[in-house]
Amino acid sequence: MPAPSVALAWRGTGDLLLKGLLLENVCIGGLDRVSLAVPDGQVVCVSGPSGSGKSRLLRAIADLEPHSGRISLDGTDQLAVSAHQWRSQVMMVPADSQWWFDRVGEHFSDAAGDRLPPALGFPPGVMDWSVSRLSSGERQRLALWRALTLEPRALLLDEPTANLDGDATVSIENWLLDEIHRRQLATLWVAHDLAQIGRVADAHFRIAGTGLEPDHGSD
Amino acid sequence: MEVIDLAWWKLGLATLLILALAATSHLSRLGIARSLLTATVRTIIQLALIALVLEALFASSAFYWIALMAMIMLLVAGREVVARQSRRLRGWWAFGIGAGAMFISSFTVTVMALIVVIGPDPWYAPQYAIPLLGMMLGNNLTGISLALDRLNESVWRQRAVIESRLMLGQTGQQALEDIRRESMRSGMMPSINAMAAAGIVSLPGMMTGQILAGSPPAVAVKYQILVMLIITAGTGFGAVMAVSWGSRRLFDERERLRLDRLLKP
Repeated sequence: MPAPSVALAWRGTGDLLLKGLLLENVCIGGLDRVSLAVPDGQVVCVSGPSGSGKSRLLRAIADLEPHSGRISLDGTDQLAVSAHQWRSQVMMVPADSQWWFDRVGEHFSDAAGDRLPPALGFPPGVMDWSVSRLSSGERQRLALWRALTLEPRALLLDEPTANLDGDATVSIENWLLDEIHRRQLATLWVAHDLAQIGRVADAHFRIAGTGLEPDHGSD
Repeated sequence: MEVIDLAWWKLGLATLLILALAATSHLSRLGIARSLLTATVRTIIQLALIALVLEALFASSAFYWIALMAMIMLLVAGREVVARQSRRLRGWWAFGIGAGAMFISSFTVTVMALIVVIGPDPWYAPQYAIPLLGMMLGNNLTGISLALDRLNESVWRQRAVIESRLMLGQTGQQALEDIRRESMRSGMMPSINAMAAAGIVSLPGMMTGQILAGSPPAVAVKYQILVMLIITAGTGFGAVMAVSWGSRRLFDERERLRLDRLLKP
């Protein structure tokens, strides 16, 4: 059997049971036998040219696309729980957020609106706003909060700051890192900006050909 | 009251009207002449043939002939449901879901109306069973095909929204909640509208026919009310089943949205 291209970000040793997200020999689209570990509370960044399959990898981890290989969270196999339970624990936030009700608040539970973190930079009444009034950057920030209010245990972020300008990017990054550490979320973060990867990543992998290769050059 | 039979040549007068319309359309280049004439020829031939079939059926009234006729009607209706959806499920699913939903709802409701409400002897007497089933299937067909067409089209367009809702941990059926509601409404609208307008805006066809054929209006109205109620109930249950089966088929066992199961129009 050929050796899989194991790329472990796992820094601890001795634990057989990984606390966090574990991918073993996952095949999806052009990616072949990808193995990767994302420990709780850490950020693993994935970068690569567009079309290299970053988003599809996230979609496979969220079980939105058929794939092969094993994916598990804290030792629990993806297939051992129902798909919607898996997705409510391993939550993907896509690059373009979707809003289907008229009012912002309808997308949140009642309590979530009151706890809206100040770091997101919204005035108090935002939950009553009409969705059409939101800019793409505002939608993206609210989409991140919407996902966090559902209390997932792992996050799959697809270019979470793509629609934000420089200052907002840094403050959202800080807020996200804060939440990720506080909630101990295993986070897979797709990014293209090397400076951002340097700021947020505990480990960084680059998509090269059909696999992931670790990148140490950025920090 | 005697029924006035129509001589065939008198139908020729009505046909002349159609020919006049076709000529007008042709002269003013409206482009409906050809399809108008084809449809006219079809309706004359189809109805003349069905008259022969019904006469034979009424004369024999054997259960198996009536059952065979009912099956043929169901298969044709199933085919029509498939043809009326621009995006439909691949393989036999579109036909199976449409025909299955129509079979369960139309047949159950028709048999119930025959046995419990009308009570002819025998209960499958073709004079009652076949027209009743025909009206049930015809309306069911409209309702189910509208509902499924709306379902598939909306799911296709709102793919991103549905997948976002899945990402937030919703089940497939939760993610389709709004779309299923819209689909049901679009399937039920014709029946509900027909009930709302009945008697005021329009005299329903069946009642008109019965009155023309010599029934007292009070009797004709009672049959019309019965038919409208069971048509609406049948169409509603049929659409509920079709939408529920159809929306289940759009997800796989891991609750992934499977648009590859829809055929491109």
